[in-house]
Parts: sequence; C-alpha cells; structure tokens
Amino acid sequence: MSGVFSPTRAKIAARTLRTDRWWLQPAITVAVLVAFIIYATIRAFEAKFYFAEPLISPFYSPCMTSACPEGASLVGHPLGTVALFGMAISPALFILIFPLGFRMTCYYYRKAYYRSFWQSPPACAVAEPHKTYTGETKAPLVLQNGHRWFFLAGLVFNVILTIDAFLAFRNAQGQWGHMSVGTLVLLTNATLLWLYSASCHTCRHTIGGRLRHFSKHPVRYKLWTWVSVLNHSHPTFAWISLFGVALSDVYVRFVASGSITNFYFF
Amino acid sequence: MSDIKKKIKLRIWRGDAKDGALQDVEVEANEGEVVLDVIHRVQATQISDLAVRWNCKAGKCGSCSMEINGKPRLACMTRMNMFEEGETITVTPLRAFPVIRDLVTDVSFNYKKAMEIPAFEPPAELKAGEFRMQQVDVERSQEFRKCIECFLCQDTCHVIRDHEENKKSFAGPRFFIRIAELDMHPLDILRNRKQRAQEEHGLGMCNITKCCTEVCPEHIHITDNAIIPMKERVVDVKYDPIRWLGSKIRRREGIV
Repeated sequence: MSGVFSPTRAKIAARTLRTDRWWLQPAITVAVLVAFIIYATIRAFEAKFYFAEPLISPFYSPCMTSACPEGASLVGHPLGTVALFGMAISPALFILIFPLGFRMTCYYYRKAYYRSFWQSPPACAVAEPHKTYTGETKAPLVLQNGHRWFFLAGLVFNVILTIDAFLAFRNAQGQWGHMSVGTLVLLTNATLLWLYSASCHTCRHTIGGRLRHFSKHPVRYKLWTWVSVLNHSHPTFAWISLFGVALSDVYVRFVASGSITNFYFF
Repeated sequence: MSDIKKKIKLRIWRGDAKDGALQDVEVEANEGEVVLDVIHRVQATQISDLAVRWNCKAGKCGSCSMEINGKPRLACMTRMNMFEEGETITVTPLRAFPVIRDLVTDVSFNYKKAMEIPAFEPPAELKAGEFRMQQVDVERSQEFRKCIECFLCQDTCHVIRDHEENKKSFAGPRFFIRIAELDMHPLDILRNRKQRAQEEHGLGMCNITKCCTEVCPEHIHITDNAIIPMKERVVDVKYDPIRWLGSKIRRREGIV
C-alpha cells in the first residue's frame, strides 16, 4: 500500500474525494489527440492530394523524394526514391518526426498527455494507478530534455511553411500577385506555428531566461518580457496551431482532390 | 448562499494514524463565512475535541491547509457560497502527509527538505548592508518570496502524494521555487544549484503536470516560472553538449 493509502496517512478508502468532473479534461484531451493522430497517420501514408499549385499541405512540406510532383519541393529531391518492399515511402514520413518530436517534448503537451494518457496523475489530487514512479529521470523520458533540439528543428519548419505561404501569392500558373483562400489558410497556419514556437518555454529560456543579470542585457530582457507574455498562452497556441495544421491539410486535400475549387480574391 | 443563516451538511474526517472515518455533521453557516468559520462552529457547538490547525484566518500564515471536497485548499480562503445549495462538503486532512489527529497532519517532511537546500551565499567581500541589486534582476525571485508555506503544492504533487518512497529523493515544488529563487539571485555565488537540483533534490522526477500551480493560494506560477526554467537550466549544464563545450572554451559559468 503506497501513496494516499500508506499506513501513516488518513484512512480514506476513496482514490479521490473530488466531486467535480475532474475526468472531463483528460477525456477531451485523449479524444482530440487520438483524432489528430488517426487523421495525421492516414494522411501521412496516403501520399496523394497534398499539392495543388501553388498550395502544399504542411504535412508534406518540404517534399523531398522523387515522388513529389513538380513544383512541390523547395529543395529539389535530395532523398531520391525511397522504397520499402517495393513500395515508395510517403514523403511525409521523412519530415513529420520533427514537428512530432517538438510537440511530444513540449512542456505543455507533456502535461496534457502525462495526465490524460498516462494518468500520472489523471487530475490533481486524484491518485494515479501506477505502483512506481521515476518521472523524467530515466530512459526514455530523460530524452524530454532534448526539447531544445526539436525547437530548433521546428523553427526551420516554420521558415519553410512561411515560404510556402508566400509562394501561395501566385496563381495555379505560377504568376505572382494573386491571393486565394488557400493563401489565407497557409498564412494563418504559419502564423499560428510561429506563435506556438515563440511562446515555447525553451524559447523563453534561450532568449533571456537563462540570464542571471537582466540589467546587463537590456535587449534580451525586453525580448524575454515579450516572450513571457506569449508564454502565458502557450497551451492555447499549442492547441490552435495543431488544429491549424490539420485544417490546412484538409483544405489542401479538398483542393488537390478536386472536391472544391481554391477561390481567388484577385 | 443568499439567506443569512442556513444549515449545511459537512463530512469531517476524524481519527488518527491508526484509524479514522468521515463523520456527518449538520451545522449552521452565515452569509460571508468560509469553511474555517464553519469548522470552528462545529468545534464550539458539537465536537469540542476536533483538532484543526489554524492561525491568521487571512490566507497568509498557511496553517489551515486541508482538503475540501478532495481539493487541497486553505480553509480560511474557501468561501461557503462557492458550494451548491444542499451540497455535502467533505473535509479531510492533507492526504500526502502522516495524519496526527483529525484535520492536523505532520508536515515536518517539508522542514527537513528545507534544511537540505543550501542557503543564499553572497560574495565573501560584501558585508551586510553592502548588497546592491537592480530591481530588474531581483523581480523574478520576488514572485517566489510570496510563498506562505502552506504546503498545498507539496500535498497535491503526485510524485510524493502517490509514492511515499519518493519522499527520500524529492524535495517538491515548494523547494524548487526556493532553488529557482536562489539560482536566479544576482548576488548568489553558489554555482552548482542546477546540478544539485537534478541530482539531489529530484527535479527530474517532476513531470510538470502543474497541480502545484493549480492549488497555490498565492497564485505563484510555480511550474512556468520556477520548475521549467530550472529544468532548462539543468539542460544547459547536463544535457546540452554545445553549451557544455561553450562553457569550457569560454571558461565561464553558463549564466551571466
């Protein structure tokens, strides 16, 4: 018997005496994240309907294998043709590990999935089901300390997706000076991803949090105060940027599959 | 609670380390009262030997920590009008610490942990009265000085609440803010606080699920402003080979 049922603690049989719906938030988190994982997995393996000039899905950018259509890749096809058992591997599978790693090691998402999936704890003052607990001191969870490397990779992706958004100021024939609903979709997606990255705890630490004397670094201090403001909303940005990526992909898929026409404002 | 006086139903845990149970009580509550007022009325009118620890009744001494409807709270800051009409209010001692009697627990674990944290260490050449700091350099630490040591954060932290065996190796959120306060202090010269936080005080056990922040009556951003910054500082000195190499080449402490 351990935890709240330890011999010296008050003898209370219930795992928790909370009367509110403490299970609701973890349940919603599980539902939303599972839905996203299922959708992202299907789309990552689908390997089609991800490009409709000038729009590319964020799940497939940068597109780096020979399977990528002309115009879909900013960087050519450095990976060439990659196949497994004679089947071409989806270009998405080579890049999704980076945004996935960024979100998996994110301080906010860690809270969200430790609580909801791992039930450690499911909610505050609700006893967790595990007999032992070592936190993030041992493999594999000690690797959460590598969040900053995924943060840097995430910045590279933000730059690429921002370029994708600017390339969407062209029409399907590649002429500049046009703007469509797809342009707005990609711009919104890139903006949300920048907000998610800029509000990140690692960003806050790097920009100034690690300093002992703010007074010696007035510019970094000022930047730190701005990032600190954004940091308050990091969970919000984490969720809406996740929806932003999924909805951007949905839009590009509809356009690429011919289900809808990308409406041009001019 | 709109009426001036009302009967309310309480379930109060009574017992000691050997045994105990929830006891049903009906007691009068007046408009504007808090849970501690009602417990005092129970003590005055029905259960004269009910043990409860309290002091200031103003949310500043941190004495009346208990669990109300399963949530760690200060009884003096929990207003009766936040409960539904007719709701039974369950009051128990803190469930992370050994119970002494009724609503009183033995929180000495926290004082032992406090003694394990190395004290503020100013430069040897500075005498008392000669410390000079700029406000911008100390304001981060000042947030952590708001702590009233109610130990609600310690009580709700699942690392020790759900795993008694972790008490040996885990200091808890209250002491992580103390370590952060000192590590961010412009005049503290002890340079191994980060390593010690990880290796001796169990910072790596924290999985940042933020319950400490949720229950803090002083609204200290324990996780965002102390624990996560300390985790990042630990990464600087223990898990980031580039910064480690940089510190060797430039021969300076990672934080300036």
